[in-house]
Amino acid sequence: MTHTTHTPTAGVGKESPAARTVRRAATRRSRPPGRGPLSRVTPWLFLLAPLVLLITFTYVPVANMVYYSFTDWDGVSPEIHLVGAGNYSELFTRPELFRVFFVSFYYLAASVVQIVVALYFATVLSFNLRLRNLFKGILFFPYLINGVAIGFVFLYFFQDGGTLDSVLSWFGTGSDHAWLGDPTSANVSLAGVSVWRFTGLNFVLFLGAIQSIPGELYEAAQLDGATRWHQFRYLIVPSIRPVISLSVILAVSGSLSVFEIPYIMTGGATGTTTFVIQTVKLAFQFNKTGLASAAAVVLLLIVLLVTWIQRRLVPDGKADLV
Amino acid sequence: MSTDVDGRRPRGIASALIYLSLVLASLVVLVPLSVVFLTSLKTSKEMTEGGGAFRLPGDWLNWSNYATAFNDGHMLSAFGNTAFILLFSITGTVIIGSMTAYAIDRFTFCGRKLVMGLFLVATLVPGVTTQVATFQVVNSFGLFDTRWAPILLYMGTDIVSIYIFLQFIRSIPVSLDEAARLDGANALTIYWRIIFPLLKPAIATVVIIKGITVYNDFYIPFLYMPSEGMGTISTALFRFKGPFGAHWEAISAGAILVIVPTLVVFLFLQRYIYNGFARGATK
Repeated sequence: MTHTTHTPTAGVGKESPAARTVRRAATRRSRPPGRGPLSRVTPWLFLLAPLVLLITFTYVPVANMVYYSFTDWDGVSPEIHLVGAGNYSELFTRPELFRVFFVSFYYLAASVVQIVVALYFATVLSFNLRLRNLFKGILFFPYLINGVAIGFVFLYFFQDGGTLDSVLSWFGTGSDHAWLGDPTSANVSLAGVSVWRFTGLNFVLFLGAIQSIPGELYEAAQLDGATRWHQFRYLIVPSIRPVISLSVILAVSGSLSVFEIPYIMTGGATGTTTFVIQTVKLAFQFNKTGLASAAAVVLLLIVLLVTWIQRRLVPDGKADLV
Repeated sequence: MSTDVDGRRPRGIASALIYLSLVLASLVVLVPLSVVFLTSLKTSKEMTEGGGAFRLPGDWLNWSNYATAFNDGHMLSAFGNTAFILLFSITGTVIIGSMTAYAIDRFTFCGRKLVMGLFLVATLVPGVTTQVATFQVVNSFGLFDTRWAPILLYMGTDIVSIYIFLQFIRSIPVSLDEAARLDGANALTIYWRIIFPLLKPAIATVVIIKGITVYNDFYIPFLYMPSEGMGTISTALFRFKGPFGAHWEAISAGAILVIVPTLVVFLFLQRYIYNGFARGATK
């Protein structure tokens, strides 16, 4: 992480003279000395609440989910029957259940657009432009807006006689196209909304990374006669590779787990049902907890697979957590 | 400033094209929002008359849609619920995140690697996938349809903030702890009196990121607090779809009511928000 490795040192100046003496004495980080059984328990006292929450709300659900996925449970009845791999075979043999995966491709395509657009504006706005902060604010703001509000803004945008139709009529393209009326145009419209919403986040991440590249590098590049394109290609892109790769992984898992915008805007009608909408409907409307769990397990496995592939392809310094 | 790419402005045609693209992008962002604002000021008569989305409202001070949205949409209780959830989940996240980071960074103990691994692996599990089973857990505690369900979920599943604290706590010299220990302070005192106050910048980052996430979240309140009186601003706004149907002037007013607090916070905290996201999202 190029721009996160410089560690904030705000608090260091405040240390007392005594502390400074001690620090000089301690040549390397030493751990507190063991003082009987009490000191061995101390870290666990701090970790008790976090671990309980982590296990209760992440690991127990994951384990339960895997278990439910092999049952025919409806989520309410006290009786649970094991059905083996039945849910999984149902999932993969009923085309209407599997079809929702293809909706993800619209969002995947949208994330490509999103990353390219964000990269362009991040590069451009790292120049010293007039009104730079204003443009920065405008481009980032959509990311902060409430998803439901965005859903309504764009429902009106795509309405008959709504914003989009009005804009088009200025250019003489009087259209009576129902934007959310057929599956292809509905999915393209919704994916467009997600570009509108999330470009700002990628933009700010890229901008932060670009600005942490030391200025001397540009000077050196210019002395060597590098054009702007060369600077972008050989200096900026390699320097912010970790952030780009993070954005790609977020884009893939995000595209697979789209929920809010299509649920709010179309409720999953006209072929816009995504994987999560379907899972929520299976589990909470049709009480098919077993089948929904199997679906969720499949999604989880795909996300884990993608993450694993990404980490193999782009090894970065992310493993230095301990 | 070393932050500029070579510190110069691009010139000539390139510069014109760059500005053009920036203006276009700004229009793409601003036009849909402004139209909704215009719509929120129109009367229902103006709406049925048509005349296109860009027709200006007859009366710029027509706030009646806002009153309708606020009262009939139960926005007051929605803002109250959201504030309650924000307060508790942010406080909890800050305390839990900083405690975890303190324990992991400052102690060597058997099982430390395992604990770290548990938090690390949990980042790979997207929250949306496990809700079918999480729901059963929440339900078995009798927390379904209470404000405590989202609070616990936001607190318990926030790994990002733990990483932010962990990154930051490493930059605080261990010698500070040791000096305090020589003065007879125990681990809790060190955490509370020395580490926690020094974590301020990290706390600001976590508060901002968490605050925006919680304020805007739809999925969790939608699943866990379905009853009318339990709405957060997201779910309360979502319910506009029913009673207000095609009354776009009321729906628009509701949407603007929800967006305005975000805009105000953004304008005041701009710089911290950018930094928070740049630091938080990359870990």
